[in-house]
Amino acid sequence: MYTYFDYSSTTPVNDDVLNTYFKVLKKYYVNSDSIYPRGVEVYNLMEKAREKTASLLNVLAKEVIFTCSGSEANNLAIKGTALKRMSYGKHIIASNVEHSSVENSLKWLKEYLGFEVTYLPVNQQGVIETADLIKALREDTILVTVMYVNNESGAVMPIEEIKRIVRKYPACYLHCDCVQAVGKIDFDLTDIDLASISAHKIYGLKGSGVLVKKQHVQIAEVISGGQQEFHLRGGTSNAAANIVFAKTLRLALEAFKANKDRIIQYHDYLLQELKKLDKVVINSPEDGCPAVVNFSCLTVTSQVMMNALSLKGFEVSASSTCDSSLNISRVIAQMYQQPERLQGTIRVSISHLHVLEDIKKLIEAIRECVEEYG
Amino acid sequence: MAKLVYEYILIRYGELTTKGKNKKDFIKRLADNMKLALSDFPALVFERTRDHIYIHLNGTDPDRLIPVLKKVFGIRSFAKTLKVDNDIEAIIQAGKDIMEGKEGTFKVIAKRANKNFEISSDKVNRMVASEILKNHGPALKVDVHNPDYKLIVEIREKNTYLMAETHLGAQGFPVGVGAKAMLMLSGGIDSPVAGYLMMKRGVEIECIHYASMPYTSLEALNKVKELTRLISVYQGQIRLHIIPFTETQLQIYRVCDESYAITMMRRMMYRLAQRLAEKRRCLAIVNGESIGQVASQTLESMAVISDAADMPVIRPCATMDKLEIINIAKQIGTYETSILPYEDCCTIFTPKNPVTKPKKEKCQWYEEKYDFEPFLQKALENVETLIINPATRSAENEDLF
Repeated sequence: MYTYFDYSSTTPVNDDVLNTYFKVLKKYYVNSDSIYPRGVEVYNLMEKAREKTASLLNVLAKEVIFTCSGSEANNLAIKGTALKRMSYGKHIIASNVEHSSVENSLKWLKEYLGFEVTYLPVNQQGVIETADLIKALREDTILVTVMYVNNESGAVMPIEEIKRIVRKYPACYLHCDCVQAVGKIDFDLTDIDLASISAHKIYGLKGSGVLVKKQHVQIAEVISGGQQEFHLRGGTSNAAANIVFAKTLRLALEAFKANKDRIIQYHDYLLQELKKLDKVVINSPEDGCPAVVNFSCLTVTSQVMMNALSLKGFEVSASSTCDSSLNISRVIAQMYQQPERLQGTIRVSISHLHVLEDIKKLIEAIRECVEEYG
Repeated sequence: MAKLVYEYILIRYGELTTKGKNKKDFIKRLADNMKLALSDFPALVFERTRDHIYIHLNGTDPDRLIPVLKKVFGIRSFAKTLKVDNDIEAIIQAGKDIMEGKEGTFKVIAKRANKNFEISSDKVNRMVASEILKNHGPALKVDVHNPDYKLIVEIREKNTYLMAETHLGAQGFPVGVGAKAMLMLSGGIDSPVAGYLMMKRGVEIECIHYASMPYTSLEALNKVKELTRLISVYQGQIRLHIIPFTETQLQIYRVCDESYAITMMRRMMYRLAQRLAEKRRCLAIVNGESIGQVASQTLESMAVISDAADMPVIRPCATMDKLEIINIAKQIGTYETSILPYEDCCTIFTPKNPVTKPKKEKCQWYEEKYDFEPFLQKALENVETLIINPATRSAENEDLF
């Protein structure tokens, strides 16, 4: 029996979502673009899901594009903007702690299309300095992409200030990877041109995501195909997954509202107990997202700590699961230089499905690991 | 400071004030229409007075009501309102609270209906304005000529009412004060606009749609249902009559010259509309025709087609340019549905050379020679009626979401 502490990596599917998914998948299997009545019915359900999703996010239905993942949404936002708007400029700005799907999309643009990318460093709180952003913006900057919440450190970027700055450049879009923000902090998509969301991080299905693209924003399609998703994403619609996205999002936002205080309580407790441990340092910023606590034991490497905690029945991660082939955390390395710290990073992510007892047991296990292997 | 809690929305009437002894009925109808439109907000209490309607919010967020109220005809304007005692300190405090966080220019307009209030309106203006400047300057400046915010302070018998943002209402008359009409709803851009304009004048509408299955698709029908749903917000619910038109239409094509097909078809449509209208106690037929837009909408065509009905035919879009109609369609949110590319009964079998100056005698000759009556009877017997309201679509399959 394992106690799961890796909710930032993925989450178990909500029962209500899963049951609805089964029901929809079985009953509404026809192609949503077919013109016979049952096809129209599926299409209408999907469009209703789009409306519901939009209203939960405070955007318009035509601004919601269903994708098959957060990574795909990031690719579509970044490559789509670049391809469509190259003639306005070939300069993009990003933080240097973006998710690999953003990071590698930018690399792809540099390598194949000759784009220039300015990476903004993060400070020890894990966030960019807005002064750096102001300095980096140019007439030919067509996109600024900054994540809302960092997946490894839990740092919350100063998005409101970033919005204000980018707004002064009407030709430049602002993209926010919101994958780790939804259901974990209060977020506001006003003045964000493009925003990515993933279902499986909020107790939904794997293989389901959304790109919010505001109506004034023009992007090119990345997967060419039929008329699905406003011609921006070809491929027979994954109607069942798209239909349950609305419910997934609603339940996640409701759960956040109902459990916000409890998560903060767990977070504060975890932090307070970790600080008591010798040779343990906290990497997450104080004011970060309460669902993520990143720390390092200076005397135990990540690998050893993870193995030891596994033996005791706890699942945690060392860095982003999407970067897990790397030996050290790319994100924490931007915040701190000390080698012992970087070799020992551990990310614990908390959910409303936990009870206080889980947190207490985890702390106890970490304490034992530090004593035994430190 | 905590978010300012407004207690009321104050509703001002539109043209009602000119309506003399009917005023009471009009106000009652307006209040009823508002109650229906706001039925999702159970905490609201409506208070009617001679000059205003007050909506007591009882904790409801007034900003959620604004988009709904903007669609209720008969409202000239409305405003979130704060009520305080007739006490200058309380009035100043409320003025400061309302203007908190706002930027731009403002002007205080005090109205002293209660002349027993000891401070003159002008002095109230200056006292309130100077306190606002002291607290919220330099974000706020006074501009007495063209202010961004007019802070209205109404000092009445018992209390003082303050409001800073006045929203323009939908104008017109409350729907239902002006009898009922039958709208010919095709699925295009013009007819929903025609329906909207009728409702704006207080006339309740029912809709008739001519379906030519299988030449028209299910999507075309769904589009018409959706258009009905979109305009149903203005009167709460709309009856949509779907009339099977295929057989009548085929008969026309069998027996008439192709150039007369559209004219004949429109005459049959008018006949059906009139009979249904009479049955439903509607006093007029309404449609989206605009002079000269297509062959069947030249003045000559209109004359020949109208000849088939002896009920008044009202064409609210008659003198509008296409762009003017489109602008209204966009404003009421029907445009994007209207332009979905599904065939309707007017766009199939389109003749190559439709007649633009049809002759009434020729139509009558066809109608005497061939008996269309059985076709019309059968169509009327098989009419399907749906009652559609703004929530019709959202209520289906709700458990999936």
